[in-house]
Amino acid sequence: MARALINVPQKAKRGEIIEIKTLMSHPMETGFRTGLDGQLVPRDIIEQFVCTYNGEVVFSAHLYPAITANPFLSFTTIAADSGTLVFSWTDNKGETQVQTASIQVE
Amino acid sequence: MNRLLVILLVCVALPASAQDARKSGFAFMGPDTQAMQTDDLANPGMLSVLEGEALWNAKAGTSQKSCAACHGDAPQSMKGVATRYPAFDDTTQAPLDLAGRILQCRTERQGALAFQREGRELLALTSYVGHQSRNMTIAPSQDTRLAAARAQGAALYSTRVGQLNFSCAQCHDDNAGGHLGAAPIPQAHPTGYPLYRLEWQSLGSLQRRFRNCLSGMRAEPIPAGSADAIALELFLMDRAAGMKLETPAVRP
Amino acid sequence: MNTTRRQFSLLTAGASLALVTPARATPETMKESIQAFTGGKPIKEGRVKFDISLLVENGNSVPLSVLVDSPMTKDDHVTRIGIFNEKNPLPDVAIFTLTPRCGRAQIATRMRLNDTQFITAIAEMSDGTYFSAKSEVIVTMPACVEG
Ligand code: HEC
Ligand code: HEC
Repeated sequence: MARALINVPQKAKRGEIIEIKTLMSHPMETGFRTGLDGQLVPRDIIEQFVCTYNGEVVFSAHLYPAITANPFLSFTTIAADSGTLVFSWTDNKGETQVQTASIQVE
Repeated sequence: MNRLLVILLVCVALPASAQDARKSGFAFMGPDTQAMQTDDLANPGMLSVLEGEALWNAKAGTSQKSCAACHGDAPQSMKGVATRYPAFDDTTQAPLDLAGRILQCRTERQGALAFQREGRELLALTSYVGHQSRNMTIAPSQDTRLAAARAQGAALYSTRVGQLNFSCAQCHDDNAGGHLGAAPIPQAHPTGYPLYRLEWQSLGSLQRRFRNCLSGMRAEPIPAGSADAIALELFLMDRAAGMKLETPAVRP
Repeated sequence: MNTTRRQFSLLTAGASLALVTPARATPETMKESIQAFTGGKPIKEGRVKFDISLLVENGNSVPLSVLVDSPMTKDDHVTRIGIFNEKNPLPDVAIFTLTPRCGRAQIATRMRLNDTQFITAIAEMSDGTYFSAKSEVIVTMPACVEG
């Protein structure tokens, strides 16, 4: 059960640049570590992060095992229109977690 | 006139006498790690608090009751609870830590399977309950039945153990502010638990932290939830009485 | 075993023994990764402001941020930012894809660092040019790690 913390301002002025921070609950197991049994712990990482704003991709990231557990990402976007931002995190097994946030632009 | 001066002096002197040489582990960290703790959107411990909130509201066990069903809103009902734990438990006639109290409610009142100590769910619930006391001062229970365990904790703290023959006090009282390798030695105040330790890359309890120091001392671990672990926690919480809780803190 | 001469410093030495050292990136493999990122195009210095602590307390979580000097218009913007390292098991850290809708070419994340080393940030511009900045990070180990 993964969870994420996201901050998107509820309201913004049109054209304003807003900062978005996301924190995703995930072990980011590198695949390079040995477990207590001496076996390599299989890789389990978020590989792909995508943020869309009213359906259009505004920012994405490809992550490698060097990104910390519970990956933190921050970036900016222009408050264009009221609507929805969709955040998705996809792991190396192809599973995707999605969270949304709405914004009101005046 | 004279009297006024005295009153003035008292006013000036008060903050000085209230001055406290005790410092949270927070004060020993670098600015990056401090910033990670103080910004809730950058503090990974908040992910556990979020998960704890979901567990708080989830029905479980044979009772099919959630924690909320009995306790209502945690920000009200759990406010200040973490400041006075470990507490004396009437049923078992023994001191009980906060995680132990939650386990008790889980198994006996919800009728659900026990969570594992140091497991993700128990840490999440403990951090959620602990978070409701953030910024409140530690106010140890005055129950006299705790005195024996507290004394036992004090003894554990100052007794030399392990292959290296160290005591907790040697580092955390005598050498606090100094360094062990590159790491600053803090005063070991349990102000932030459960907390996110960068070294663990996850949340962990105070009792897990004991295990790390004991392994550094080449000493036997103290099992989490054991009478010794709770005694040591009782002593440390008492030693930190009046300091502010930070749950969930971040530490290197 | 003679324990009397053991000192604090030995405690930390012992603790770091527990670390596993897998195959590592090297300055050469980092170069290869960077070549793959730029397609072998030349990289200029400048325009990239790379913020990462010089000294970190725990290599498990090192905050970093990159700000690229760019108007972020349709015609002139940063398309990607790549972060590379010399000594982790893999040279790649992350690749960020930006659009003019970002408004500003600014990202922040946290990375793991195995050891004291140089970290490089490279920005790819919409006109196909590349700019970079690098920074050395000194990693100290926490004491009393999990035994
Ligand atoms: C050899 C020195 C040494 C000894 C002995 C030692 N510790 Fe520690 N302890 C440290 C250091 C150094 C840290 C700081 C964390 C780090 O980076 O490893 C620490 C951290 C702690 C913390 C975390 C404080 C916070 O801010 O969260 C607690 C609690 C603690 N120790 C308790 C104990 C107890 C209890 C004992 C005895 C069983 C003990 N320590 C023995 C060196 C020591
Ligand atoms: C069926 C009702 C019931 C449920 C369900 C329940 N509790 Fe309790 N809980 C109680 C009662 C009654 C007490 C008071 C016990 C006492 O004072 O000895 C209590 C006490 C506590 C305390 C200590 C409060 C204090 O002031 O010392 C905590 C913490 C707590 N519960 C947490 C939880 C959590 C977390 C859950 C869900 C996992 C939960 N409880 C589920 C009834 C319940």
